Amino acid sequence: MAGTSTMNDRSVTRFLTARRGGASMHWTDVFSYIYLALGVALMFGPVVWLALSSFKTPAGLQEFPPTLLPLGQIERQVEGYDDPLPMFEVTMEDGSVRELAQVRRIGIIAQMVDPDDPGETIKVPIANRKPIREFRVAWENYTKPLERFNFLTYLNNSVIVTTAATLVTLLINSMAAFGLAIYEFRGRSAVMLFVIGTLMIPITIILVPAYLVVTQLGMVNSLWAVILPGAATPTGVFLLRQYMLTIPRDLIEAARMDKASEWSIYWRIVLPLSLPAIAVLAIFSVMWRWNDFLWPLIVLNRSEVYTLQIGLNAFQGELDVQWHYVLAMTVVALIPVTLVFAFLQRFITTGIASSGMK
Amino acid sequence: MALDETIKPEAETGTSRLNAIAAWPVRVLFGILDVPFRALQRLLGIGSMPYFFILPNLAFFGLFVVVPLFINFAYSVTGGTNLFMENRPYVGGEQYGFLFDCGNYLDPSTCREDRFWRGVYNTFTFVFFQVSLMVLFSLVTALILNREIRGRGFFRAAFFFPVLLSPVVVALIWKWILLRDGVLNAFLVSMGLDPILFFVSPAWAMFWAIFVSVWAHMGFYTLILLAGLQAIPPDLYEAAEMDGTKRERVFFRITLPLLWPNMLVVIVLALIKAVQIFDEVFVLTGGGPGTATQFVVQYIYTTGFANQIQNFGLAAAASVVLGVVLFVLTLLQLAASRRKDEG
Repeated sequence: MAGTSTMNDRSVTRFLTARRGGASMHWTDVFSYIYLALGVALMFGPVVWLALSSFKTPAGLQEFPPTLLPLGQIERQVEGYDDPLPMFEVTMEDGSVRELAQVRRIGIIAQMVDPDDPGETIKVPIANRKPIREFRVAWENYTKPLERFNFLTYLNNSVIVTTAATLVTLLINSMAAFGLAIYEFRGRSAVMLFVIGTLMIPITIILVPAYLVVTQLGMVNSLWAVILPGAATPTGVFLLRQYMLTIPRDLIEAARMDKASEWSIYWRIVLPLSLPAIAVLAIFSVMWRWNDFLWPLIVLNRSEVYTLQIGLNAFQGELDVQWHYVLAMTVVALIPVTLVFAFLQRFITTGIASSGMK
Repeated sequence: MALDETIKPEAETGTSRLNAIAAWPVRVLFGILDVPFRALQRLLGIGSMPYFFILPNLAFFGLFVVVPLFINFAYSVTGGTNLFMENRPYVGGEQYGFLFDCGNYLDPSTCREDRFWRGVYNTFTFVFFQVSLMVLFSLVTALILNREIRGRGFFRAAFFFPVLLSPVVVALIWKWILLRDGVLNAFLVSMGLDPILFFVSPAWAMFWAIFVSVWAHMGFYTLILLAGLQAIPPDLYEAAEMDGTKRERVFFRITLPLLWPNMLVVIVLALIKAVQIFDEVFVLTGGGPGTATQFVVQYIYTTGFANQIQNFGLAAAASVVLGVVLFVLTLLQLAASRRKDEG
């Protein structure tokens, strides 16, 4: 290797030309690490903030400026009072500090008692008291929407839609891919051209007529309206076919010699061999369906059939937004994709890099 | 690294894994389906089998995509508020005439359907800034991630994470931060500044619409560019180094030209997506304040579905206009990816 001066010189080159080499710190390295650190903070920070906030009580959420961790005010049962009273740290007129429970507040004066000696009421200006708080997680943000509101139904609907749609997608797309990859037949190139040509037709330009078709089939306000229309994806057919083309033809010929039916060649030989590509499509399908928004928004109008995304949107659009529930349910909505991310991130990045699809 | 690995055929492990995971329900399903397919094969011969394999997919796709594509034109030339075609009177080009009836195309308030034109102009503004920033940040991030840095896999994953989040989740995450009493305003106040009502100011609402969508999708484009960077043969750089070529020159003469096909794909893909912006922004701002962040797709959605009077014809006409724009962009995309495959 060369001397240090040329190393430095080269690492600048490396930044602009993006190549690998030995490590030596240079301003571009520093810049890279600062950029990356800021990037990580910007990418994860908002999500972490959401998760932390979702554990706060409504009172905790209203605090401004907000606290980092979910805190709850300590309450104590005081003799002579039915409900537990909130505890405050009070700076007395003589400068001493006492821990008192608040009975009620009238204007800027709070009536407080000493929990150990509840007989005597002490009047304190509210400016002189500070709530005593401890780290407390408001699990009820998670449990209540599932019990009281329809969120369990929404969650259920989302799971049904995602599972069913992914299964249908995998079945019909792998069948089509098999047909297009294995056989030479009349019209094959026409079908392939059609598949490629329609790769890019987005739902946004056929909303009205697609809604008509779904209405004619009597599927509005049923989960089928969300499951079926997106099941046949040209992207999926294309991805699977490209993969199936790499399967050795001899295998199939040998199976035919053994009198295997075409269908069993498809599912006993080709499908198992295409499993990596099918896994990629399955992951994508799960993400598409779990996150789907515009189409469900149009065809699902009754609360019983809402998916989680639609339910969340309806809930956050109410006049008096109950943010403590919205935040918790948002966290629930992002758990599956976060798990997918944690365990299958490599599959996805490979899939995108090799197929350019999302 | 994950990007360098192509998916490898895994004959043995693949089979055993399928057996292990899918086990009997799959076997039963495929076993049942075997019966009709076997019968068809006996009846019509092997030559007809590909058609039966393709049929289900084509049926779904035809029913839910191709047929609607044509009905869309029928909607756009008929009027009334009825969904069913038999009850819709033919009105010719009236819907288009209504959409394009403008005193001055540069000023939405002179248009009869000013909401559409405001949507168009908002979409233009959005697309211009969003795509530029998207390409810029994806490129910088890809260049940095392509360097020899510690924890590269982690950083790459970090930038990719928001791509997986649903638009509703993305919007709510940021809405929570940007509220009047949100953490960003708390930060501004702690710096001695006044809190800002982000969703009351049109300019701020547009800024955050752009920012949030770049945040959410940047990782996707970064991946494509990163794959392009990793495909550049290292000997080119070695040769340039041997010749003592200046670093800027190496960037502009080697990296950029060789990355250009990928850049084109990224630009056109980002354009296609940005023109159709709806989900995140709809949840984040609801199109507001006023119509400041209302885009074309939201116009279609509101006109056809959300309004009390559902004007399907007008929504379809606007869809056709959007479809034409997307068609042109898609042709560009095909040209770009062909260049990429050849280059």
